[in-house]
Amino acid sequence: MYEFDFVKPGTVADALSALSTEDAQALGGGQTLIPTLKQRLAAPLKLVSLSGIAELQGVTDNGDGSLGIGGATTHAAVAANAGAYPALADLAGHIGDPAVRNRGTIGGSLANNDPAACYPAAVLGSGATISTNNRDIAADDFFDGLFGTTLEEGEIITSVRFPVPQAASYQKFLQPASRFALVGVFVAKYADGVRVAVTGASEDGVFRWTEAEEALNKEFRTDALIDLNIAPQNMIADLHGTKEYRAHLVKVMTKRAIEAAS
Amino acid sequence: MPKDSGIGASSKRREDVRFLTGNGNYTDDINLHGQAHAAFARSNVANGTIDSIDVSAAAEMPGVLAIFTGEDFVEVGGNPAGWYIESRDGTPMKEPKRPVLAHGKVRHVGDAYAAVIAETNAQARDAVEKIEAQITELPAVANTVAAVADGAGLVHDEIETNICFDWGWIEDNRAATDAAIKAAPHVTTLELVNNRLVPNALEPRASLADYNAGSDEYTLYTTSQNPHLTRLLVCAFVMGIPENKLTVIAPDVGGGFGSKIYHYGEEALVLAAAKKLCRPVKWTADRTESFLTDAHGRDHVTTIELATETDGTFIAFRTSTLANVGAYLSNFSTATPTYLHGTLMAGNYTVPHVYVNLKAVFTNTAPVDAYRGAGRPEATFSIERIVDKCAHELGIDPIALRRKNFVKPDQYPFTSAAGLEYDSGNYDGVMDVMEGMADMSGFAARRAESEARGMLRGLGVNSYIEACGLAPSNLAGALGARVGLYDSATVRVNATGNISVMVGVHSHGQGHETAFPQVVAEMLGIDENLIDLVHGDTSKIPFGMGTYGSRSIAVGGAAVVRATEKIINKAKKIAAHMMETSEADIDFKDGAFSVAGTDKSVAFGEVAFKAYVPHDFPHEELEPGLEETAFYDPANFTYPSGAYACEVEVDPETGKVSIERFCAADDFGNIINPMIVDGQVHGGLAQGIGQALLEHGVYDDNGQLLSGSFMDYAMPRADDLPFYAVDNSCYTPCTHNPLGVKGCGEAGAIGSPPTVVNAVIDALRSGGSNVTHIDMPMSPSRVWTAMNS
Repeated sequence: MYEFDFVKPGTVADALSALSTEDAQALGGGQTLIPTLKQRLAAPLKLVSLSGIAELQGVTDNGDGSLGIGGATTHAAVAANAGAYPALADLAGHIGDPAVRNRGTIGGSLANNDPAACYPAAVLGSGATISTNNRDIAADDFFDGLFGTTLEEGEIITSVRFPVPQAASYQKFLQPASRFALVGVFVAKYADGVRVAVTGASEDGVFRWTEAEEALNKEFRTDALIDLNIAPQNMIADLHGTKEYRAHLVKVMTKRAIEAAS
Repeated sequence: MPKDSGIGASSKRREDVRFLTGNGNYTDDINLHGQAHAAFARSNVANGTIDSIDVSAAAEMPGVLAIFTGEDFVEVGGNPAGWYIESRDGTPMKEPKRPVLAHGKVRHVGDAYAAVIAETNAQARDAVEKIEAQITELPAVANTVAAVADGAGLVHDEIETNICFDWGWIEDNRAATDAAIKAAPHVTTLELVNNRLVPNALEPRASLADYNAGSDEYTLYTTSQNPHLTRLLVCAFVMGIPENKLTVIAPDVGGGFGSKIYHYGEEALVLAAAKKLCRPVKWTADRTESFLTDAHGRDHVTTIELATETDGTFIAFRTSTLANVGAYLSNFSTATPTYLHGTLMAGNYTVPHVYVNLKAVFTNTAPVDAYRGAGRPEATFSIERIVDKCAHELGIDPIALRRKNFVKPDQYPFTSAAGLEYDSGNYDGVMDVMEGMADMSGFAARRAESEARGMLRGLGVNSYIEACGLAPSNLAGALGARVGLYDSATVRVNATGNISVMVGVHSHGQGHETAFPQVVAEMLGIDENLIDLVHGDTSKIPFGMGTYGSRSIAVGGAAVVRATEKIINKAKKIAAHMMETSEADIDFKDGAFSVAGTDKSVAFGEVAFKAYVPHDFPHEELEPGLEETAFYDPANFTYPSGAYACEVEVDPETGKVSIERFCAADDFGNIINPMIVDGQVHGGLAQGIGQALLEHGVYDDNGQLLSGSFMDYAMPRADDLPFYAVDNSCYTPCTHNPLGVKGCGEAGAIGSPPTVVNAVIDALRSGGSNVTHIDMPMSPSRVWTAMNS
């Protein structure tokens, strides 16, 4: 780890101010950034911790059929407090291990957009809205390839608004070593349609399986998928799975999510 | 009634109190006054020429005290191979020098070419990044098979080949084996890979050197399984330090599994730096360094054939293996694939012909050496996989086929076709125990229940034999060993009756501090809590070879017995003097010396006190003191054996394998502490199942380690593993060591991989698949791909 300054502001305004200097870096739960620093793969001059900002914390029932989750809310807090959206609470409760869940945050996960992370599937699969210090971003406009987002430099995720679906499930097939998603599929059924979001599988990061959504809009049953397949070309190939295997798993996990949600 | 102390008692592991309360004392816990820190510059390419190293900028960095490069160690020796192997054509094995720091070329990713010593660890690391090394990358020889192909690049230019040796075992049996296979009515063939493993001890390697300019003496604290061996290698082969000027201390060590048997260059570096600076110098590996530079395990590519009669009678095993030894010869890398592998290739069977051809191959990867099981898992895997395949081809029940070919109890001592003399065993009896544990008759119902849930269920079995306590020294020496294979113990009875037992073997998870006192307590009839074990410090213990190859109780324990026998003999003389009788009249029982036919008796503690307060000793006949040393060189290996059964479920949609039941029946001979033995089996099974399903050290074609962190190298975790059923009630004591013990540390890791693979193949077959083999690790992707191709 290289030397850096560390600040822990109490307000979003102070955090933005701290982040405005050169080579300053926001620190959420640190579950990706701290290992990166320890391996000397990043050298920020200043870390701005977001964990001391009260307004970024907690799960709120918005009273309009949606849940709001503060950007610095830990996975463990979501698992414990997002019972109004059981599939989301279940997803949060199965990220990593207890140490990860008690440090890692939803804002940190989304800003990092690891192609095998769980939260991007929930956000995209729920059509959630990401709020930052200066705008609201629809999930469909937020994720931008591997580790990429449309966040601007110095922009902070303040909260995420999840519309609560009629039924939903997240099914994750574990990568044996990291226990990230080798393939994870989030299926959510809303009054105005079904959304299917896939993480872990694609070289382009989290994506919506629109053909499956269209089929499931006609009938929300696994049989609707019988004739559908994902093309393997854009799938990830690595030590843990071929392109064909990941493409196959997308369908298997989607079916399992439909069954679990039905 | 189970015993509550002594041999056979499940005494609680006394060392766990300090480990579990954070009071262990590991190398990195030790900090000496004035200590400086070392960090290494390591190659990020697998093969390259070092054109220049400019350390001037690094030398100007804050806190930097010294910088070393390969140039500084040109005059010292290389880290040697401990076992000489001769090729089939009579030529000696190739032994390129393994320098302290790479010089001229780097040969694997992680190969250290420079080191910085600084006031702090962070300063040393900062300065390493300022070293400017011009390294011209060369094409990597990263793959074992490609390394022996025509036109392959060379790992070591000076030896003009990547083949270290081409060994035949037993070469004189080759023609007969070939002829027998040619004439056989049935031949089963199997090509397999024994996957490369990364040891991943919980505690990374660490070394701390101290130098006393006044006495010209060094102390090296280091993560070692065998401190005397490290001292010998550092002193006699590498640094030229007189042995009496170096103390090596291996304090608490957090797991070794073989990887800490060996001497590594970092140990020599910190010694040199400590002398140069007259300051203590410490280095502790980070996890990345552990992945890149600890000696890896396994990594064989094998073709095996099994020739049989049509009734299943075995005629011959013939194997051809490429064993990857990595970029340099680690200390036992030449012994592991040869005398710990080829000699076991008859398995538990009366097969008349065995021939093994093994080529050791240099590649631009980390050195490969012994890892829990060391050669024997590779042998067992090849044999027990092909026996299973053969059973299927012949339509014979896999257990029946094994039993048909077992060595029978009345055949011992039995000389196998691979040249070993098995002293004892009862393979049918152990198989009987396993069959009872595994509830074979209930399997059909369990399979039906799995199938009702859409899952495939398979049952796999194995039988294994292994060889522990590598011995004897004279035979091993004739076969090329460059070290002795004995071990040692000193039993020091103190004046107040408590005892220190100093042993040459080392405990780094095995529970020696509990088990060894149980042996002495049993022999002396005293409370085991009066006895402490001392190990890991060359200034305190007699010269021993340390812990590897499940040898500690079989060899080190035997030395303890011999030393304790000497104690009893000496104590009898003292007791005879105290009771004014002749030594021949003294009986020793339950901790007391008595005069036969009288009520005269003295307790062990009284004798101990007298030994050190010898006011009335006739000194010309009776020496004061009560301390004895013994060295024990075994007559033979010991031969643990066992039979395992595994039931798996395979999810046909995803290829995921889950282990539902695992039963292990082992013959370890006599047992000192049943609880510790069960724990050793549990740990071995976890590592074997890890190899079968999860673990894989993978290099890409450029020699980059793809599975170089826990994000990609899958270690077995608790929820990957079942509750084990283990049993060692069917046993045959070793016939040639005084405790009748065989060793248990590696068995689980040896017996379990083929058992798991056999179970998965059985499961797939039940689903209509004609898959006959899947290489380990049987990841979901691999299983699914095999099922769907």
